[in-house]
Amino acid sequence: MSWSIDHLPAVLSLIGRHVYLAGLPLLLGLLIAVPLGWLARRYRVLYPLLIAGTGLLYTIPSLALFILMPIFIGTRILDPVNVVVAMTIYTVALLVRTVADGLGAVPDSVNQAATAMGFGRVRRLFMVELPLAVPVISAGLRVAAVSNVSIVSVAAIIGVPQLGSLFTDGFRRNFMEPILVGVIACVLLALVFDLAIIAGTRLITPWQRTRRAA
Amino acid sequence: MIRFDSVSKEYPDGTVAVGGLEMTAPTGKITVLVGPSGCGKTTSLRMINRMIEPTSGRIWIDDRDTTTMDAAELRRGIGYVIQQAGLFPHRTVAANIATVPMLLGWDRKKARARALELLERVGLPTSFADRYPSQLSGGQQQRVGVARALAADPPVMLMDEPFSAVDPVVRDQLQDEFLRLQGDLGKTIVFVTHDIDEAIKLGDQVAVLRVGGKLAQIAEPARLLGHPVDDFVADFVGRDRGYRGLGFQRAPKLPLAAETTARLGDSAEQVRAAAGTEPWTLVVDEGRRPLGWVNTEQVAGTVSSEVLHRGGTVASTNGTLRNLLDAALSSPARRGVVVDEDGTFAGTVLAHQVLDAIESERAAAAAAQPAGSAAR
Repeated sequence: MSWSIDHLPAVLSLIGRHVYLAGLPLLLGLLIAVPLGWLARRYRVLYPLLIAGTGLLYTIPSLALFILMPIFIGTRILDPVNVVVAMTIYTVALLVRTVADGLGAVPDSVNQAATAMGFGRVRRLFMVELPLAVPVISAGLRVAAVSNVSIVSVAAIIGVPQLGSLFTDGFRRNFMEPILVGVIACVLLALVFDLAIIAGTRLITPWQRTRRAA
Repeated sequence: MIRFDSVSKEYPDGTVAVGGLEMTAPTGKITVLVGPSGCGKTTSLRMINRMIEPTSGRIWIDDRDTTTMDAAELRRGIGYVIQQAGLFPHRTVAANIATVPMLLGWDRKKARARALELLERVGLPTSFADRYPSQLSGGQQQRVGVARALAADPPVMLMDEPFSAVDPVVRDQLQDEFLRLQGDLGKTIVFVTHDIDEAIKLGDQVAVLRVGGKLAQIAEPARLLGHPVDDFVADFVGRDRGYRGLGFQRAPKLPLAAETTARLGDSAEQVRAAAGTEPWTLVVDEGRRPLGWVNTEQVAGTVSSEVLHRGGTVASTNGTLRNLLDAALSSPARRGVVVDEDGTFAGTVLAHQVLDAIESERAAAAAAQPAGSAAR
């Protein structure tokens, strides 16, 4: 326990880095996945291409992606941007299908009514389809959040500090305590991300709470 | 006025949904499109607001060719009501109603006030304004759907089977209120249904379409029932069309018979003494409005609402021959109850009196028409 108490500020700083490296890609990934998911719905020919294509991205080993990133985007090897971009790719991989399915779950009658009322395509997407897809997208986002919190720790191997650094540190010194602290912090962080997404979803979907109240 | 000018819709696979449709939906009237599934009635409706683009032909609204207008703008000027209402589940009732005003850029306050006004107009309490659609019953949702279509006061309304997903009692109620509303508003309405009874009830004119989107006949309901142009229309209009046709003929003044009446709370002895040998006695309320029949021989104790026979329908003195005949046929006493316009009991008629009246009306109509032109 003494190690933990002595290193509390350092651990907190690592948690901060971890939140940044796992959280920012979540937002960026969502921003990219929405138009891609919409395209997949809108143009049927693109659907299998986009879904399979982005799905494949998830199968690239994270360590390889972290190492190869500088070659693709011209950054330095230790630049945390490499990790952010790589994690964004994983998020997109998980979310494109979710967004497409969420948009696909909007009832036909609702879409028709929107068109008949005189919504343009863009307005319909933002005012009708996306709000109604929020519950489905949010479910996908929760999976992506937990996955990000876990995967990002691998970046410790290439020297980008976050909670994963506690694993490499403990492993090098054959010392259990930092590893244990790292695992517990990761689990708690994933839980916090999950709860934050649930809370945010509830906030923007008041209509869901009344579902079966009638 | 909406005019279909040889409008066709053909799909790439060669299916003809609508074939050269020529018809006019007059301003301020309800035109009903009716026909079996696959007759292109919904396709025709959706071509009006260009949710489906015709392959050939033009559709005119007054003197404007719809194909020259911006589609979204055109649609904001046309109210649209669909089956299942199609309300936005994530928006409150008031926000749903205010959809088109919002798209037109009205200010919030004005749009909200309009939404509340329309809620009342369609018979819903304004306390519903901040509920979500899932908290409403099917019938209530459909009313909100109608209110939403009326929000920006469009001159034209398109209605696609709006009442077919609710139960028969609610449907009847919604239809009556729809007619009352239309009486006030006088919109140009095109209404699609597969239910010929609904078409006959609601339409100022009814267009019967056959499979392949061909117009079989367009006529006023009475004419459609009385003079179907061919076997298809005759079959589609269905059985009982002679009887249903009576629904379009005002009842003439008939001699009404007086009736011994009783009140709730009267004792069985009182009722029997007043009725003599007559087995059925009519029970009325304090305002002399009929409540139902009571069996004079079987009544015991006092007359209560539980013992009333309520199967009989009531006809109004200004109702139709159909109402009158039905009142006589449905009455356990064989005497049909007739009320004045204010609902007070006016007297009773017998079925044969109504049939005599029908006979003499028909004889008069035949005499008024030169021989030979009577058929079709």
